[in-house]
Amino acid sequence: MDLLEYQGKQYFARYGVPVSDGEAAEDVETAVTAAERIGYPVVVKAQVRVGGRGKAGGVRVAHSTEEARAAAEAILGLDIKGHIVQRVWVEQATDIAKEYYASFTLDRTAKSHLCMLSARGGVDIEQVAEESPEAIARLEIDPLDGIDADGARRLAQQAGIDTQAIDGVAGVLVSLYRCYEEGDADLVEINPLVLTTDGRVHALDAKVTLDDSAAFRHPEWEVWRDLNALEPRERLAREKGLQYVGLDGTVGIIANGAGLAMSTCDVVKQVGGEPANFLDIGGGANAEVMASALEVIATDEKVRSIFVNVFGGITRGEEVAKGIVQALERVHIDAPIVVRLDGTNAEQGRAILAEYGSEQLISSPTMLDAARRASELAAQRA
Amino acid sequence: MSIFVDENTKVVIQGLSPTSQGCYHGLRNRAYGTQVVAGTNPRRGGEVIEGIPVYSTVAEAIAETGANASFITVPPAGAPAAILEAAEAGIPFVVCITEFIPAHDEARVFATLRRSFPETRLLGPNCPGIISPGKANIGITAGEIALAGGPVGLVSRSGTVFYQALYELTQKGIGQTTGVGIGGDPVPGTGFVDCLAAFQADPETKAVIMIGEIGGTEEERAARFIAEHMDKPVVTYIAGVTAPPGRKMGHAGAIVSGTSGTAAAKMAALAEAGALVAQNPTEAGELMADVVARL
Repeated sequence: MDLLEYQGKQYFARYGVPVSDGEAAEDVETAVTAAERIGYPVVVKAQVRVGGRGKAGGVRVAHSTEEARAAAEAILGLDIKGHIVQRVWVEQATDIAKEYYASFTLDRTAKSHLCMLSARGGVDIEQVAEESPEAIARLEIDPLDGIDADGARRLAQQAGIDTQAIDGVAGVLVSLYRCYEEGDADLVEINPLVLTTDGRVHALDAKVTLDDSAAFRHPEWEVWRDLNALEPRERLAREKGLQYVGLDGTVGIIANGAGLAMSTCDVVKQVGGEPANFLDIGGGANAEVMASALEVIATDEKVRSIFVNVFGGITRGEEVAKGIVQALERVHIDAPIVVRLDGTNAEQGRAILAEYGSEQLISSPTMLDAARRASELAAQRA
Repeated sequence: MSIFVDENTKVVIQGLSPTSQGCYHGLRNRAYGTQVVAGTNPRRGGEVIEGIPVYSTVAEAIAETGANASFITVPPAGAPAAILEAAEAGIPFVVCITEFIPAHDEARVFATLRRSFPETRLLGPNCPGIISPGKANIGITAGEIALAGGPVGLVSRSGTVFYQALYELTQKGIGQTTGVGIGGDPVPGTGFVDCLAAFQADPETKAVIMIGEIGGTEEERAARFIAEHMDKPVVTYIAGVTAPPGRKMGHAGAIVSGTSGTAAAKMAALAEAGALVAQNPTEAGELMADVVARL
């Protein structure tokens, strides 16, 4: 789950990472009240999951009630690259002396955590990494050791952080690591991490990606689970526990396992079809999950044919077949369904489908055959 | 020969109870011919479930049965402790199929194995397991889709594409020495390079199929290993050729970021390393059939 800036700052604050005083607001009056309490000048910032909001007019400084009102009115409802701003974050303005960059993430290759720190923050860090990699200090951290104040201080020195900010930056790194590790984040990033003119170090932005697998031990995440941020069909899929990504084509795809679902999209495309979606029913899906998957696809008007591609391992063929039958009995599906079933209990599954005897169901012996069939049907019914 | 598991592998199922996933798949593994010698469950020590003796701890199971591999299917909250229990008891090969273990737990488990139990190899988590056809099958792979006798070794990140690739080979009458599903999680215990090295060293494996997917840099590392250390032919397929960039396609592992990690970048690196690159699993099987015909 990707947090919005203000959510990330709230998460930072829990772990002692210093952030500016601020409040979130969904309407102009709330935003103005927040600004009055915080005290001017304030910054009003659009909360959207897309970069480039500054250039799009989504960040404004206000020095008075009138300016705060004007800023909130201008930003709420603004369209930033297709994202309509529904919420602003109003925070105390900061006098910036220096801008740094700090992050923690997992280095999959080293199987360790990686801290990156740079004295050149506030800009596109990927560009810095490309043009002057030496400007980013890196520290590999063994998950069993973590990072302590001394290690953080050494890294700050190595990164060329200004002398008066070294202790402050080191303190932020130690807190930020706790947020990353105890907070079960895949990524925490501060850009910019600022040194203020009065000598304080704090986070002016927050990028946090939480590890969904750890949600079971973080009830506090629930308030951020903003299903409204998703497309309606993606939301429906998420509610049913399915991994769905909408695409532009006409062949609805249902497969078990992310790899096979991607591979199914690949094959459909290679035989001339266009996938309408990626949908992974996951490992061990039962009939109910399979039926839900068809229900989700059935809401997509672009879909002209459906390709169910299941290779059973932990998922059992008879459950898949039962799910298809259940779905046909409870929702209206126009599109023909091409089913390719192999692996665990595939024969039982095929028998169930054959017995159901619907013309809408087409069994296909191989993945490639099924992809061709589904793509042809989609083209015919276009 | 085969890699990691063979006819002498004796499996203990951790967290065994009559209704557990471990029981369902463990019995299927046993029916396939795998030596499933024990189960563990702290509340069921002394019981016998479906003919499998249950012990309270892995250490006891080893002492009583000589178990030398473990199979873990317990839920995410308990899986890290189960892996470490197996390692502490001295199990050299642990298969963990559990999905949705938090990434930080995986990182700590891997770091603990690396530091304190270097003799233990973890396969997974979130993987389909391993099959040395005709000898041993630990995990959730349907045994009948594999064919004994070699000469092909198979390693895959994706589970279901792993089955697909095994099946493509079997249908062509091409046997496998061992198939390994390494899983798509952020911190897999066993990676492509571990498996490629083992296949390179295995005299009966004459060629290797490697199935990757978008995201991460493991396939690129594998490409370097192939170029520098392998003389056996390698056929590869990368799932996600048509995936739109920047979208997360289900797996924690399958995230495209920048150019590294895209299918195109991985395929180019593998081709450069001398591997044959297929566009889909069926073509991977066809390319391998050509390779095997020329062996």
